[in-house]
Amino acid sequence: MAMAIRIRVLLLFLFFLSLSHLTFSLYQDQVGLMDWHQQYIGKVKHAVFHTQKAGRKRVVVSTEENVIASLDLRRGEIFWRHVLGSNDTVNELDIALGKYVITLSSGGKYLRAWNLPDGQMIWESFLPGSTASRSILSIPTNLKVGKDDLILAYGSGSLYAVSSIDGEVLWTKDLASEGIDVQQLIHRHGSNIIYALGFIGSSHFATFEINAKNGELLKHDKVRFTGGFCGDISFLKSDTAVALDSTRSSLVSVRFRDGEISIEQVHISDLLLDSSGVAAILPYKLIEMVAVKVKEFIIFVKLTNEGKFVVVDQIDHTAIISDSLSILEDQQAIALIQHGDNKIQLTVKLVSDWSNHLIKETIYMDCQRGLAQRIFLNNYVRTDRSSGFRALIVMEDHSLLLVQQGEIVWSREDGLASIVEVTTSELPLEKDSVSVATVEHSLLEWLKGHVLKLKGTLMLANPDDIAAIQKLRVQSSEKSKMTRDHNGFRKLIIVLTRAGKLFALHTGDGQIVWSVLLNSLRKSQTCEAPNVLTLHQWQVPHHHALDENPSILVLGRCGPNLDSPGVYSIVDAYTGKELNSVGPFHSIVQIIPLPHTDSREQRLHLLIDKDWHAHLYPRSPEALAIFQREVGNIYWYSVEADNGILRGHAAKENCILQLPDEYCFGTRNLWSIVFPSESERIIATATRKLNEAVHTQAKVVADQDVMYKYISKNLLFIATVAPQAAGDIGSVTPDESWLVVYLVDTITGRILHRMTHYGSQGPVHAVVSENWVVYHYFNLRAHRYEMSVIEIYDQSRADNKDVLKLVLGKHNLTSAISAYTRTEVVTKQQSYFFSHSVKAISTTSTAKGITSKQLLIGTVGDQVLALDKRFLDPRRTLNPTQAEKEEGIIPLTDSLPIIPQSYVTHALKVEGLRGIVTVPAKLESTTLVFAHGVDLFFTRLAPSKTYDSLTEDFSYALLLITIVALVVAIFVTWILSERKELQEKWR
Amino acid sequence: MKITVYSPKSSSWILLLLTLSFLLTSSFAFQSDELLVDDEEFGLEGGSGSTPDVGSTIPARPSQPARKRSPDFSSGSDLDSKVQFTLEHAFGDSDFSPAGTFAARVKNSPHSGQTLTKLRFSRTDFTAADKDNFKKLLEADDFYRIRIPSNLLTSPGRDYVISSVKARCLPRHGLDEHIVIHMDGVNVLAVNYGSQGACQYPRHLKFPKRWLFNSHTVLKSGEQAPRTPVFSEETAVGENGEGEGVAPPERSFWAKYWMYLLPLGLIVMNAMTQAMNMPEEQQGGGQAGSQVQQRGQSAAVRRR
Repeated sequence: MAMAIRIRVLLLFLFFLSLSHLTFSLYQDQVGLMDWHQQYIGKVKHAVFHTQKAGRKRVVVSTEENVIASLDLRRGEIFWRHVLGSNDTVNELDIALGKYVITLSSGGKYLRAWNLPDGQMIWESFLPGSTASRSILSIPTNLKVGKDDLILAYGSGSLYAVSSIDGEVLWTKDLASEGIDVQQLIHRHGSNIIYALGFIGSSHFATFEINAKNGELLKHDKVRFTGGFCGDISFLKSDTAVALDSTRSSLVSVRFRDGEISIEQVHISDLLLDSSGVAAILPYKLIEMVAVKVKEFIIFVKLTNEGKFVVVDQIDHTAIISDSLSILEDQQAIALIQHGDNKIQLTVKLVSDWSNHLIKETIYMDCQRGLAQRIFLNNYVRTDRSSGFRALIVMEDHSLLLVQQGEIVWSREDGLASIVEVTTSELPLEKDSVSVATVEHSLLEWLKGHVLKLKGTLMLANPDDIAAIQKLRVQSSEKSKMTRDHNGFRKLIIVLTRAGKLFALHTGDGQIVWSVLLNSLRKSQTCEAPNVLTLHQWQVPHHHALDENPSILVLGRCGPNLDSPGVYSIVDAYTGKELNSVGPFHSIVQIIPLPHTDSREQRLHLLIDKDWHAHLYPRSPEALAIFQREVGNIYWYSVEADNGILRGHAAKENCILQLPDEYCFGTRNLWSIVFPSESERIIATATRKLNEAVHTQAKVVADQDVMYKYISKNLLFIATVAPQAAGDIGSVTPDESWLVVYLVDTITGRILHRMTHYGSQGPVHAVVSENWVVYHYFNLRAHRYEMSVIEIYDQSRADNKDVLKLVLGKHNLTSAISAYTRTEVVTKQQSYFFSHSVKAISTTSTAKGITSKQLLIGTVGDQVLALDKRFLDPRRTLNPTQAEKEEGIIPLTDSLPIIPQSYVTHALKVEGLRGIVTVPAKLESTTLVFAHGVDLFFTRLAPSKTYDSLTEDFSYALLLITIVALVVAIFVTWILSERKELQEKWR
Repeated sequence: MKITVYSPKSSSWILLLLTLSFLLTSSFAFQSDELLVDDEEFGLEGGSGSTPDVGSTIPARPSQPARKRSPDFSSGSDLDSKVQFTLEHAFGDSDFSPAGTFAARVKNSPHSGQTLTKLRFSRTDFTAADKDNFKKLLEADDFYRIRIPSNLLTSPGRDYVISSVKARCLPRHGLDEHIVIHMDGVNVLAVNYGSQGACQYPRHLKFPKRWLFNSHTVLKSGEQAPRTPVFSEETAVGENGEGEGVAPPERSFWAKYWMYLLPLGLIVMNAMTQAMNMPEEQQGGGQAGSQVQQRGQSAAVRRR
């Protein structure tokens, strides 16, 4: 009976759905009301200042996220920004002719010129070459060929001279074929000769003289050094270099003057008394000086005119040094940063006068920023005509600071450009105490606001009022409060960045509520190369432990390999305090959150190490008891993408180790699927979200029939391609390329569905939800991208349609389902063309799963497109019947529509889009969407419109006034009519 | 050896449950047969396609040799070769030991390489030790595991494909097993092992009446994805009309212009009634007037 009612409700609901508009869009004045957008650039690795003779002082930077940006030096805002492709790493950056930004990227393959004021690309040159080499960009002053100023670029083993006007390659010289590994290009002022300096093999130093006019090789010299070079070299002047020998124990000075090369060797132990150990030349571009790291120290070494090494200074190895900056009268200035507790000390010194310093400033630094990692120095002329310095500092958490006069002028949280993982947390509950003052204040505001709103609705508002209304809307919507709201729109988005920093962002306006640099994920003695893995919700207080704060589990690994030891931290989600940090311990290969929590609502987690041992966390007797009770029902799977094997596992008794550990369990292999290595390679997997809510198991189809969805939390989608087709699109012919998709039950390893798309190729992006999978791939035969949908239905419940059976309770709808039951499934599938490539794909999720779903597709243009799931319905037919139309089935088309209004990001771009996360709000109709890449974007979506609430700008006052007016009118007319009747009667 | 004793009441309950489950599961078994027929049909249909599909159900009794079934498609081809591979089983975490052999023919076809046909399976009986082990599994609700090589020609190939089932799922009357082998040419992708029908949860301990296997084996290969429909003539319409902008079907005159016709009709009706009422109204008006007069008079009279 309940079933029938539910079906009827569903039918009604579907009918309403079909009435609702297909598109989601918002009006211009709604932008920014419930969405926010933040722009970042990533960790800065090159910076060039442009301050002389410029109205707007700026700094041009390139970052590890392959961004080139021009920043305002006064406030740190972005003037312009370009995000290069993910594999187009910027190698070198410089400014030419005072108006072009020149970048060399992709290992010296692309040379581009950008207009400095507005960032438009002026020209681009492709510099071909096959040998990998370091890339060097050199912009000599006053070196002209004809009228063109030359730009010298060395990449892929060849030297290119490029015209700075149009990017035309004037000449090339292949130097790799000469055997030289070029380290530096030097052009002496006023001459027409370019020197290419470098090593030949490991024991020769060579100089090549090249005619700058035509690239002709004039002369080449080489000299043999018996000790051999280790590769570290630093160029002090235009004719002197310092290198390290192959044992890294002595410095070698190389002088190349007038075609003669002379070499001298000095042991570091001669320079420094206590210097046993290996040395390294630090890769700073210093002039007249070289910085050498020896053990725990950095020593600054100068070379006198007689060729003697002199140690100038010796500082702690944690200090950070800037490249040298030429200031007036050919002086070289160097900035040093030394770390203290919660502060850094910035010192600027002249190379020629090392004992004195130009500036010595102590700057208080938030300890959550970690240590400084890079510094870029710039000078300016003070009001009293002396020279001042400002410095751009890159911190350990990838943030960028500008320091001037001992203060932080501005800072940017650019760590947020490299988000690894996202989760959310509820905000604390609201306390009931509200002071009187705020009420009185807000009463006036409230009245004002309502007058304004009334004006707006009655179209009486002038432009100023409209602006005020807009501002009010943005401000007064209570959206940035730090407490939980009724609709569940306010939450904390907790993001983990690659730098190992955890940020909590408020969903209302994107403000950073707290941030913490996790100690366990910082470089230390025990953990040399920390690597951020992921984060999980550790404790979500729900029923039992309401007075406790939620907490987050952050996992990391000390090193790049799978077998590196792991670390973890538990962080309070309200305050950002690190509650607990453990490690390094066993390796972490896989993390499995279990569907069980202990009495404090801490979620049980299994961490699988490389020896297939399962470690249980939290390590408490209670958790152990829960685990041992449920151990028979705990299964997991692993994907070995390299081997092409899928395995299913279960836990068994405690593992045998040297030290007995009751929280460690052995595992057993229950099933395996072996993909033939010669024909299939795993390229993508997708599973359902663990916390996804499904409202109904049944789907009512047009002819009053019911289909039962196959709903299993253990559904795995896996896609394989032919090994030869694993490369880029177009690298294979359609005949030798295929894509096989599987639906696998991860408990028993049963292949529920297997299907081959011939002539198709990856990359595959897939999303699994409820009983369907949508995946995106390239069809080589049709030369187009395609999206396919597979829906899977449970046939074994199909005979539960009899109402009589339902009434009598003779149905198997409530019985426990075992994965070992071989349920009969049927699949329906359909493919559609889709004109965009896809960067990420996700689906909306709501609290109860009633609201219809939309697919959120990250397009190639870094936007998020919302596509109604109904377009990807396998039951679409060319001419749907009337009943099917009522159900909301759209007539079949061969391609999916891209409706411009349905871009969730409207006019904005989420540059470098990597992921789309959806979180259900408490309000059933609404879902929160967070898209992250280099930029961040947040909005909330209502895929079927907000059918369960009034809009925010709904005027309750108007409604009240209307009701009151109506009531008054009723009374007045009633009295009038009474009177009239009376008069009639008296007549 | 531990012997579990049941009270007659509980055993009768289990019997009832079993018969119920048997009744329930019998329909499943039937359905699974249908699917296999589907597979076979697909194989026949897609004979020209590049993934031939072979479905065969061989109810194998360990005592009797496997029955030959299905017409011989490839009788003319002399490229066929026979292949044998073993099914191995393990009780819980024990080592694998042989438990049966599969025999099949490898068919070489120029289009799709080597494929497997005519699979036969002969199951070896449980030895006494096996029975003991299996009973232990039943008591501990542990896994019964099987494996077969992942490549039939270069056995065991890269690895074995493993499958397992909770031992308590198997016993019914005898021991029901259902083996689905997913093939890709001569490679075995996966094997799925389980009971014929449902495996109720919670699983009750129950020993088989007869230690005989009732085996079903199914060979499955993947299906080919249907082509994406292409409507070349309709794409133009679809593109300028935002996808679902297929031109609406021509509507009737009435459907199109009802909003104009309706007021027009009303006006006409109104006018007609007015025209018809004209003479009546004149009469009525006269009467009304006289009435008023009368009333006026009477009122006047009353006032007096």
